[in-house]
Amino acid sequence: MSLLQVQNLVVEFPSRHGTLRALDEISFEIAPGEILGVVGESGAGKSLTGASIIGLLEPPGRIASGQILLEGQRIDQLNNDQMRSIRGRKIGAIFQDPLTSLNPLYSVGKQLTETIQAHLPVSDQEARQRAIGLLQDTGIPAAAERIDHYPHQFSGGMRQRVVIALALAAEPQLIVADEPTTALDVSIQAQIISLLKNICKKRGAAVMLITHDMGVIAETCDRVAVMYAGRIAEIGPVHQVINHPEHPYTVGLMASIPDMDVDRERLNQIDGAMPRLNAIPKGCAFNPRCPQVFERCQQERPNLAAVARGGQNTPTQVACWLHQANALEGV
Amino acid sequence: MSNPISRWLSSDVGYSFRQSKTAMVAAFIAFVFIFCAVFAKWIAPYDPFDAASLELMDSRLPPAWSAEGSARYLLGTDDQGRDILSALMYGTRISLVVGVSSVLLSLFVGVSLGLIAGFRGGWLDAFLMRLCDVMLSFPAILVALLIAGVGRALFPNADDSLAFGVLIISISLTGWVQYARTVRGTTLVERNKEYVQAARVTGVAPLRIMLRHVLPNVLGPVTVLATIQVASAIITEATLSFLGVGVPPTSPSLGTLIRIGNDFLFSGEWWITIFPGVTLVLIALSVNLLGDWLRDALNPRLR
Amino acid sequence: MFAFILQRLIQAVMVMVSVAFIAFLLFQYVGDPVLFMLGQDATQDQIDALRKDLGLDQSFLVQFGHFLWNAVQGEFGISLRQGAKVSQLIADRFPATLELALIAAGLALLLGIPMGVYAALRRGSLSSQLLMTFSLLGVSLPTFLIGILLILFFAVLLGWFPSFGRGDVVKIGWWSTGLLTAKGWQHIVLPALTLTVFQLTLIMRLVRAEMLEVLRTDYIKFARARGLSNRSIHFGHALKNTLVPVMTITGLQLGGLIAFAIITETVFQWPGMGLLFIQAVTFADVPVMAAYLCLIALIFVVINLTVDLLYFAVDPRLRVGKVGGH
Repeated sequence: MSLLQVQNLVVEFPSRHGTLRALDEISFEIAPGEILGVVGESGAGKSLTGASIIGLLEPPGRIASGQILLEGQRIDQLNNDQMRSIRGRKIGAIFQDPLTSLNPLYSVGKQLTETIQAHLPVSDQEARQRAIGLLQDTGIPAAAERIDHYPHQFSGGMRQRVVIALALAAEPQLIVADEPTTALDVSIQAQIISLLKNICKKRGAAVMLITHDMGVIAETCDRVAVMYAGRIAEIGPVHQVINHPEHPYTVGLMASIPDMDVDRERLNQIDGAMPRLNAIPKGCAFNPRCPQVFERCQQERPNLAAVARGGQNTPTQVACWLHQANALEGV
Repeated sequence: MSNPISRWLSSDVGYSFRQSKTAMVAAFIAFVFIFCAVFAKWIAPYDPFDAASLELMDSRLPPAWSAEGSARYLLGTDDQGRDILSALMYGTRISLVVGVSSVLLSLFVGVSLGLIAGFRGGWLDAFLMRLCDVMLSFPAILVALLIAGVGRALFPNADDSLAFGVLIISISLTGWVQYARTVRGTTLVERNKEYVQAARVTGVAPLRIMLRHVLPNVLGPVTVLATIQVASAIITEATLSFLGVGVPPTSPSLGTLIRIGNDFLFSGEWWITIFPGVTLVLIALSVNLLGDWLRDALNPRLR
Repeated sequence: MFAFILQRLIQAVMVMVSVAFIAFLLFQYVGDPVLFMLGQDATQDQIDALRKDLGLDQSFLVQFGHFLWNAVQGEFGISLRQGAKVSQLIADRFPATLELALIAAGLALLLGIPMGVYAALRRGSLSSQLLMTFSLLGVSLPTFLIGILLILFFAVLLGWFPSFGRGDVVKIGWWSTGLLTAKGWQHIVLPALTLTVFQLTLIMRLVRAEMLEVLRTDYIKFARARGLSNRSIHFGHALKNTLVPVMTITGLQLGGLIAFAIITETVFQWPGMGLLFIQAVTFADVPVMAAYLCLIALIFVVINLTVDLLYFAVDPRLRVGKVGGH
């Protein structure tokens, strides 16, 4: 059974100019222990998806319809108190900027033990021991001393390790990681990503890794979802999506990654830009920019459907009329 | 057809104005007072400062709706037979004039100093900022009182216009700091932008750069500051006049009227103090409300 | 850390000297300094002797030096209006003002902080809007009017509290306190309330604004994402981070308290330094004004220094430096 199920999630923002749909019927699943990457441009809705799952959608944004199920139970309609027992304990979160994620006035140890004791019935002593253990697991040297240090005494990469330790403190089954390495030095990024992957695999926690960096996705994820304008364009096992992209948007994304081994005069790019929320085209959101657009694309919005290709255990799902036309015709 | 008013009404700020009932009510009240102040001479039933027209027999009359009141004096009279309603209108005018003038003065001084400090930088900037820090910790009343005291000591026989001048300067002496800081901050930010550097290299006068590029950016915060400061300037002037060191006694402002009435509070003649008091509060309240609304309306984060 | 304190002390001294300079200018050039020192009834011999003593024929700097030396010892001459030594006058009045100011400040903090926290946490609710309206009123009502209204209501109409004076005072050594007698407490209620209102409003608005800012930060968001209770988030994380800047700004605002004490003392005829100062301003009593100026500057400087040190003690970022590592 899947750990997390998101079904037809719609998130809206009422505004002076009308109601804006930031997420338009998103559906996906995450299996226990799996790492799902969510990739897309800025504004595609990746962070909003994460925020909706942990119930921290900023007003006036609200979940207009759809369901979010954790271990089969609906969590999208819980009140704040009920959500609180889930946050941290079942679903943990990591945000982008380690500098601002930690309270500067509290020691690292205090923030850790506080989180542990908020969810687990352990004594102060034991909480402290666990905290030290967590710091050690996330690779912080001299954990027993540094536990009493303050956040500003750690460097950027170290702080993100502390943040990871905090997210895992109450032993959640799912971690929503929103751009965990974007704010870090390139040299540190690799370390943090591999730490995240290893420590989650070790603890059996699933991860929803939100990022715009395809390289990170390729290194870390089992499956990947490509988002565009508040919708999922393509979702499937990572090697399939990267090596055999089906949706023209994904094809464009892959093609625009510069390749060191090939000489090229101009970088590939996808013409145009992602539409603003109040100007999403009718039909498929990508149609104005799509090199393979045809009439149906401009009229009806395509739903996610599996594209059967031989030799795949789990077929990639694509929201594109191109492939549904193919699917109908058979392979 | 789009004219400036309809364009403003349909802008973001105008939209926020239409949404906010308090802003509209406040603006209306402020407008009423400003109207009375400007046209006092024509709409006030009497001229309370024309000694010849005062009738001592009519002194200390309560408001028209009470038993001993007279319909001729709607809000009653003070101990010299002055009509309170007229005194209110003339007093409002003086309060508004002093308040607005001192804010305009602070604004001019503060914005100029801020521009210069931000643009020139160096020791001038450092000195100015230190000065601002020190001045910020001194409350306006204290500085105003000191200046008033020094003014009295230096010019014991000052005439009215000098007294007004000293008063306006004393109130504006602490107000400029906020403008200077805000403008300096924006100037520093703009100064480092490339188009400014390019302009300097090609010899465009710095003054022109500052006026054309920095000024529009600070217009918002400065307007909010100015609105809120008008309210506090009016209150400061009222306080000084109440204490006896504000406007000269020949041109009583609302504060002076309150002071005069204070003496009669114990004998039960409350109207001489309360009406000017209420007027003062209404003016300050409406201006403050407008300032608050303006600040929220111009704040991009809250939109 | 020592370097920090030293730097602050030097700044403090510089401010004091500058203020003393202004006071000096007042003393020397606005009116006759000799008269200030000796009073109206001095003989010609005394005047001549003092003239020489003060070195009025000597250089500017020497005269300033004399003034500074006197000032440091608290010697500011004789009040023009009262005929008594300025230092004595101030010493007599100081306890009254200090007691009033401390009670008002205490009340303002005690009520203002909880009100601000409440207004921030229950943002948009009816009670929080009422609080904000009340705060707007507090800012729009001049202090003297508040005093007058309170007198009208509680002293004239209801007769519960007296409307002027300090009541019975008890002398403890050099200090005279009104807080040890029932009458003393009765007399201090209305003035203290008047003085509190402005400060209270300021603190409440400040706390609310700061707390709203803090509640928007990433670390609060992260704390929520970790499932911490509302209590730990609001009263642990948020409150602590709010109070640090609030504390410093409040300290700096204590100056406002001293300024508004002037007004309050005038309305209630409270025999403090503020009343003395107003009388000095009305009569152009320069020695008193100069002395008051220096004393106020000293109080400000001491407050600023204390606030700086407090900030140091509370914010770990200032105390401990960065340790390395990746």
